[in-house]
Amino acid sequence: MSATEAAAIGLTHGSSEDTGLGHRGPESKSIVVPYGFWLFVLSDIVLFSALFATYAALSHATDGGPTSNELFDRTLVAVETLALLVSSFICGLAMIAAKRRNMAWTQIWLLVTGLLGAVFLAIELYEFGHMIHIGAGPQRSAFLSSFFTLVGCHGAHVTAGLLWIGTMMAQVWAKGFRPEIVRRLLCLSIFWHALDIIWVAIFTIVYLIGTLP
Amino acid sequence: MARVRSFPAALRRAALAAAAALLTGSCDRGILNPVGPVGSAEKTILINSTAIMLAIIIPTMIATVAVAWWFRAGNRKAVYRPDWEYSGAVELVVWSIPALTVLLLGGIAWIGSHDLDPAKPLKSPNAPVTVQVVSLDWKWLFIYPDQGIATVNQLVIPAGTPVNFQLTSATVWNVFFVPQMGTMIYTMPRMTTRLNLQADKQGIYDGLSAHYSGDGFSGMQFKVHAVPPQQFAAWAQNARGTPKALDGAAYAELVKPSSYVKPMTYGAVAPRLFESIVANQAPPPMLPKTTPPSMRVSPKPPLEPANAR
Amino acid sequence: MLGKLTWHAIPFDQPIPLITSLIVILIIGAIGIWVWRKGWWPYLWNEYITSTDHKRIGIMYIVLALVMLVRGFADALMMRAQQSLAIGASQGYLPPEHYDQIFSAHGTIMIFFMAMPFIIGLMNFVVPLQLGVRDVAFPTMNNVSFWLTASGALLVNLSLFIGEFSRTGWLAFPPLSEKAFSPGVGVDYYLVALQISGVGTVLTAVNFVTTILKVRAPGMSYMRMPVFTWTSLAANLLILAAFPVLTATYAMLMLDRYLGFHFFTNNGGGNSMLYMNLIWVWGHPEVYILALPSFGIFSEVVSTFSGKPLFGYRSMVYATLAICIISFMVWLHHFFTMGAGADVNALFGIASMIIAVPTGVKIFNWLFTMYGGRVRFTVPMYYAIGFMLTFVIGGLTGVLLAMPPVDFIVHNSLFLVAHFHNVIIGAVVFGVMAGYTYWFPKALGFTLDERLGKMIFWCWFIGFYLAWFPEYALGFMGATRRLQHIADPSWKPYLDVAMIGALVILAGIVLTVVQLLYSIKTRDRRLDLTGDPWDGRTLEWLTLSPPPHFNFAVLPDVHGEEAYWTRKLTAIREEKLIEEPKYEDIEMPVNTPTGVICAFFASLTGFAVIWYIWWLAILGLIGAFAVLVWYAWRDEHEHIIPAAEVAELERERRRVRAELLKTLTAPA
Repeated sequence: MSATEAAAIGLTHGSSEDTGLGHRGPESKSIVVPYGFWLFVLSDIVLFSALFATYAALSHATDGGPTSNELFDRTLVAVETLALLVSSFICGLAMIAAKRRNMAWTQIWLLVTGLLGAVFLAIELYEFGHMIHIGAGPQRSAFLSSFFTLVGCHGAHVTAGLLWIGTMMAQVWAKGFRPEIVRRLLCLSIFWHALDIIWVAIFTIVYLIGTLP
Repeated sequence: MARVRSFPAALRRAALAAAAALLTGSCDRGILNPVGPVGSAEKTILINSTAIMLAIIIPTMIATVAVAWWFRAGNRKAVYRPDWEYSGAVELVVWSIPALTVLLLGGIAWIGSHDLDPAKPLKSPNAPVTVQVVSLDWKWLFIYPDQGIATVNQLVIPAGTPVNFQLTSATVWNVFFVPQMGTMIYTMPRMTTRLNLQADKQGIYDGLSAHYSGDGFSGMQFKVHAVPPQQFAAWAQNARGTPKALDGAAYAELVKPSSYVKPMTYGAVAPRLFESIVANQAPPPMLPKTTPPSMRVSPKPPLEPANAR
Repeated sequence: MLGKLTWHAIPFDQPIPLITSLIVILIIGAIGIWVWRKGWWPYLWNEYITSTDHKRIGIMYIVLALVMLVRGFADALMMRAQQSLAIGASQGYLPPEHYDQIFSAHGTIMIFFMAMPFIIGLMNFVVPLQLGVRDVAFPTMNNVSFWLTASGALLVNLSLFIGEFSRTGWLAFPPLSEKAFSPGVGVDYYLVALQISGVGTVLTAVNFVTTILKVRAPGMSYMRMPVFTWTSLAANLLILAAFPVLTATYAMLMLDRYLGFHFFTNNGGGNSMLYMNLIWVWGHPEVYILALPSFGIFSEVVSTFSGKPLFGYRSMVYATLAICIISFMVWLHHFFTMGAGADVNALFGIASMIIAVPTGVKIFNWLFTMYGGRVRFTVPMYYAIGFMLTFVIGGLTGVLLAMPPVDFIVHNSLFLVAHFHNVIIGAVVFGVMAGYTYWFPKALGFTLDERLGKMIFWCWFIGFYLAWFPEYALGFMGATRRLQHIADPSWKPYLDVAMIGALVILAGIVLTVVQLLYSIKTRDRRLDLTGDPWDGRTLEWLTLSPPPHFNFAVLPDVHGEEAYWTRKLTAIREEKLIEEPKYEDIEMPVNTPTGVICAFFASLTGFAVIWYIWWLAILGLIGAFAVLVWYAWRDEHEHIIPAAEVAELERERRRVRAELLKTLTAPA
């Protein structure tokens, strides 16, 4: 923790007597910012939990329309899952490059992350478009409403993530690896990995369980 | 000083006002005047639980005022204990009192919830009457499937006989509630809720909807007429003579929004009308009058518990 | 081009909303012009609107809450008047289409835009001071949170003038809130406004949980934090865990309404009961979000004005966390009468009663705090005692409602309405009024007039009992809630007494405004010169009133529970202040217009979505994103307050404190 960071949040002298957790005084920004961002991610996971609960409650409310077995294509889902998981790994590589202050590789890895995310989105949009085309759109039944919302909400988060990746690429380029830029990259990577975790849950609950015989 | 002294006096005033309001509150048509077993049991639980809790909170309220008053800053006689901030014994008591109270009330809640489960049929030597209830915008439709008649905003039931309700809504949520008979229950579209009530005393009781359902909600009152069983049979017989029939067309007319609707009677009902409303399908066509549905208006033998659902 | 928006949206044919809107617009305009003529706009912009200072943001929240109190209470008066008049043959003066909007607006405004902002405002002002730090973890986000809440409030109030408000109650249950049964813009105003302010609220929670867990003065371990901070932590954890459920649920209802989805519709397999479950999974924690900080305020007030530490501090902490956790396990008690079956009903009923245990423990601990103390009957202490008396009655009726067999006959009745007003007024309103009076001198440098304060208390106390005890009685008489017309004339006397109660409370609210204006005008008589007007026990009373921008010149070293009290006693015993510290430069976050501009675009987007003006909605979203990127691009995050300036301010504080110390150590 640098002197300016310490001063910024008011820690102007050394620690007091040891009394257990949180005794040292205010933590530095490099701890506080990711901590706060994790809390935000947790609240987002609660939001997804509500959507998962809704999906569970409505997964059989097909109103005589198409069911999950009839609709989901496991191959397509496998490909988009692969794209997303690999993009998460690439995002990790981008963070390592950023830690090493390597501009070129940070930008390259960020770009690849974004491209893989775009591939994921493209496949998802294709899947949605196809389902709407064959009359299995979200207005068809409660099951489909909950499917499109759960998966679509994840997709919306991925889209926001792509916007954020683009913005960060521009920021890193323009301002270099300043402490707050690196902190934002860290938050971005937390976000991107969290999206992965949510996708694994969606993949399992929606696609795998939904296509059991 | 005057202001400080006025606090307990004002408190006394407020308490008296409150007591007066509560005591004069027992008008003779509410939940404190039940006319059947369900309402009576619920009233008993209400009174007993209130008494148990008052036994705790009244001393607490008195102690609050007394302690605050005695330990007021100007009172030289009170012992100042600025460091007294913990006592294991006090903590034990302080956690135990609410815990034990809740244990007792929890037991009552468990037993009471099971005994008074709305779907549980009532023990009675008499066979239950079945009434199917549909909440519309903004009136109540009562279908008597066994008698083959229907009424709007008027519920006639035999006194001393359990009534087995099946309820649904044609549009939005409502709650079927007759305060003097006890338990209320939601009516929800495409779902069937079940309720069992009984009126032991003959009389006319107020009924209402207890869930806001739109602009005409305030006009959803109805009357319950608990009459002697013979009179009920006669009424049902008479009602069958009414020329108005609740067929598809009449139902379509009834469904149109209206409020403060005067009681009506239908002499015939489309078969399985209730079921088709629950299934969100158009009511079935009426059969011609020459083949009326069966007219079981006389008491039936008691049903087996399995059939009672 | 303008979606559904036409001139017909303006209620030219409805005198009440039309005239009200015109008066409100005139008043706002007049105030705006007056501020401009006095030259105060630049000051307001620099010192408040763009401020990232938690103290200023707290004050803005409370101002918003007080304004919304007046708006929400106006709705209450109209409701009382209607129910007193519309009996038997009369239909009153409000047709159902209006009355239904009014009770929906009353609940929505009072919970989301009065109670929440008041509590959040007090937490904002007090918590960093109590923690002994300079600001919250994310000061700019704090500013954004406030303005998003204000944006929601703006949209709700706009519905009075353009369009209509929701007619579905404060929770908008389907199927009534679905497009089929509520085709107008009312429900959309409700949903959009609450989604926007909901984002602000969740960001506040992230901010405060981070601050309380990671940004505290040296030596302040968890068990040395003041109880108000603990309750703020619990409340913000609840917000973090509950509000996303609200966001998801409203999003689903919006998808139903806008895109024809089938979450809660009557057809397509929709399930309206699902909404009931989801909304109350949020709804029950929500009331504890309001109640827990209120309990915290009373802990501070009772302890301070009894001259004793809080009795059973650890118990209070555990009880708070217990309430926090259990509040997530009781939601079904809001719909026992939906036919869930005896086992489910009984379990949730018992869980609901279990919450009464830690709450009861708290009441007893406050009682024992007073025991052996020297109780000073200041205005906050009046509220505390009033709360202890009133809240236990509300708790009793709450436990009654928690018993399914009892709920079966009082659900949705005026008994229920009386119960929740009993606990909300008893705990939350009394709490925020106590907190407002207690911390007012710290915020503005002078105390509120005491005599008027006591009159306001009595108005609330007496008014509450007059207004709500008749309603308990009416509930027993079979009266249900939300009635626009009363069929039974024998209810009239009760409703009339309730109306009188409402008028008494009105007097209290009017006096609150009078008290504020009068206190400002005569502030020189009641200046808080020492910074510790109440002989306080927590760190906020270490600073002068109002505190400097940076709160503390050096962060206090915390040595025990009641950090400030220990320090004060040591100073009195040793007859000197602690050693003068070495002064250093302090970096504080800069002001930023990010929040207010972001909220502007949010309001624009919200309005556009409500009226189906899609091009404007997209423009608004782009604008909001652009503001965030522009904010992220700035190079200056902090400004430096030089050590010399810090020293000057701190030396002044020490001088004042030394004077105070002389009076405390002088022979009696």
